[in-house]
Amino acid sequence: MTVELAVAMAMFVGLVAYAVFGGADFGSGFYDLTAGGAAHGAELRTEIDHSIGPVWEANHVWLIYVLVMWWTGFPTAFAAAMSTLILPLLLALLGIVLRGAGFAFRKFSPTLSQARVYGSLFAGSSLIAPFFLGTVAGAVASGRVPADGQGDRWSSWLNPTSLLVGVITVACCTFLAGSFLTADATRAGHRSLAAQLRRRTLLVGAVAGALVLGSLVPIARDAPTLAEGLTGRAAPLIVSSILGGMAALVLLLRRRVAAARVSAVIAVASVVVGWGAAQYPWLLVDEVTIADAAGAPATLRALLLVAALAGVIVIPSLVYLFRLTQSEQWAQG
Amino acid sequence: MLIHDALVLAADPAGLLPARQQMAFTLGWHIILASFGVAFPAMIFVAHWRGVMRDDATALVLAQRWAKVSAVLFAIGAVSGTVLSFEMGLLWPGLMGTFGDVLGLPFALEGLSFFVEAIFLGIYLYGWGRMPPRRHLLMVVPMAVAGVVGTFCVISVNAWMNTPAGFRIVDGEVTDVDPWAAMFNPIAGWQFAHMWLAAYMLVGFAIAGVYAVGMLRGRRDAHHRLGFLIPFGFASVAAVVQPVVGHLLGGGLGDRQPAKLAAFELATTTESPSPLRIGGLLVDGEVRWALDIPMLGSLIAQNSFTAPVRGLDTIPLRDQPPVNITHWAFQTMIGIGTLLALAVIVYWVLRWWRRQDLLERTWFLRFCAVSGPLAVIAVEAGWIATEVGRQPWVVYNVMRTSEAAGDHPGLWWLLATTVVVYTGLTVGAVLVLRSMARRWRLGEQDLPSPYGPQTRLSDRKPGREAS
Repeated sequence: MTVELAVAMAMFVGLVAYAVFGGADFGSGFYDLTAGGAAHGAELRTEIDHSIGPVWEANHVWLIYVLVMWWTGFPTAFAAAMSTLILPLLLALLGIVLRGAGFAFRKFSPTLSQARVYGSLFAGSSLIAPFFLGTVAGAVASGRVPADGQGDRWSSWLNPTSLLVGVITVACCTFLAGSFLTADATRAGHRSLAAQLRRRTLLVGAVAGALVLGSLVPIARDAPTLAEGLTGRAAPLIVSSILGGMAALVLLLRRRVAAARVSAVIAVASVVVGWGAAQYPWLLVDEVTIADAAGAPATLRALLLVAALAGVIVIPSLVYLFRLTQSEQWAQG
Repeated sequence: MLIHDALVLAADPAGLLPARQQMAFTLGWHIILASFGVAFPAMIFVAHWRGVMRDDATALVLAQRWAKVSAVLFAIGAVSGTVLSFEMGLLWPGLMGTFGDVLGLPFALEGLSFFVEAIFLGIYLYGWGRMPPRRHLLMVVPMAVAGVVGTFCVISVNAWMNTPAGFRIVDGEVTDVDPWAAMFNPIAGWQFAHMWLAAYMLVGFAIAGVYAVGMLRGRRDAHHRLGFLIPFGFASVAAVVQPVVGHLLGGGLGDRQPAKLAAFELATTTESPSPLRIGGLLVDGEVRWALDIPMLGSLIAQNSFTAPVRGLDTIPLRDQPPVNITHWAFQTMIGIGTLLALAVIVYWVLRWWRRQDLLERTWFLRFCAVSGPLAVIAVEAGWIATEVGRQPWVVYNVMRTSEAAGDHPGLWWLLATTVVVYTGLTVGAVLVLRSMARRWRLGEQDLPSPYGPQTRLSDRKPGREAS
């Protein structure tokens, strides 16, 4: 394996982690938004606070990790993508900013009316951010970011693949969040809440599955290079994603919520990894390969060290945090 | 000045000026929150340590409240930092496309620090009452350490823009990239130390100021005394050391960036020895309304009685920074820094040698109340001085800022939107933090979420306190 491929893979691991964990945090916004009035939705909103509160900032850092790995390891391709996709990136950024601030402000709001304002900011922007990040992924995957960065600022992300991927991203985030929240509510012993979340997650899962399957044909027409990869090299991953999604639904139906959460993660992670495998060896599809985009060799070697450090320092800390949040003591209160 | 501005503007792409304003605005906003991320954990640690190890209930309450405040500040700091990450690419594609692999390594390491900070922040904030007290206390340590490492990494990139290292340019192409040499560029260490201390000054004076206001309003209890003394202690050490570090960072600036030094000192011509020029404006090439102190300029800037500060007349107009902004920003920083250092020296001297406590004096408390905003102004002024003073270069002597900017139309709209959003964030943060303080004064401890089971789920009139 070449150094640049190793760096690209290290970056992609971060992207998968962001999609799964950051995605689940974003997806919570859907349940928050649809929780109903203040009294009716209070229990669910408290559960969401409790579930993503300790972890959302850590999960958010995966995005920063991906950005810095990208601009350091593959600077020209980064500059090209940022220039062409400035609009969806700025809109995603707005969502990220309002989501974080809204979430933090709501928790310490003195009055219910203020909490409503911050809460709707948090919940609404939680769905805006993944949609626009999805359109960015769709633009890269369908070959709409030219190497010189002078792509069309509108059609680069207002096209079938980008829009479909944007919607699918929101649906997947929502499904993940539902499976996480159901498991958390079950473990905390909130029975009626868990039952309500379980029903809605099943519904969301069915919609998400239908969306993914239904968009395969339009995406295949719109993005031939990606389609070739998805049906070729990445086919096993797509199969694993479908199986994971179906298993998650079946497990939810049978109230095996912890196992359902694992299956949902497998389903979403497989889609993301499948996208990566499908567009290999391209970094910007049809335009720039990973090898062509690679920065200075000394820098790539240094980045591998950073990735190794992340494995030694960040991963164990993250595991510790997740274990704590899943422990008996943290589930209560 | 006018001719100079016209010359610079004529050559610039349309996206340059809005991009610079955008960067200045968002960076200037973020640096305040970033300072809290760097310095606040250490202060929380001291309060928490006192609370746990000495069984001091007052200190423990302080630590608990500061932790809640940090939850709000760090959240908006995390997102405003993300804005900067995006902006590096969105506003400066020329810089990132060309030098991304030269300057990126410290950013990648900073990403790891940010990870550690965010993870342990989550553990610490939610760990109250859920972990053994001593282990819970230990969770602050990685946060504090990561803050220091992260500061070094980010500042190292800015230092690199001043003293670029770790690459060569052959036929217009960047080659021989050595990211470690870029990271440990000549002034990375001193510039880091300067900002690190600045963060402790900003946070220390700001938090101490909050409790000074409380004392001015008659709340003179152990809670307010300790709440004042812990941050004031940190700020004191930082304020006294800062002039030394600043001087060491400035040493050699005349060789490294003569135009920046000339602008700092408002040196239009090369004089030997150079005076220290206080105040003043450059109007049509003439210095007006300045107070000159003979020889002091040479002494401070060059560590010499005779060595001159190179004058602006030796530097081509197209390589000069905007002089007046740079000069005034620099002197504002120095003036406030000196004032704050003197104030803490007076406080501690009187306290230790004369057994006199200035916290009894209203005028001193009033001064402390404004010391936080003063420190913020000093930090902003310092950043304006170093950033504007580096212009017209983004990478000193290598790449002009105009070459780094993109050609996006409509960046003014982005700036306008950003100002609106950030104003909203500022108002939201101030309202939330003030409401927290108010509820604490009324005796609420936990501040349950409005949706929490303890609350009545209806709007009540927020409590007011006769103060």
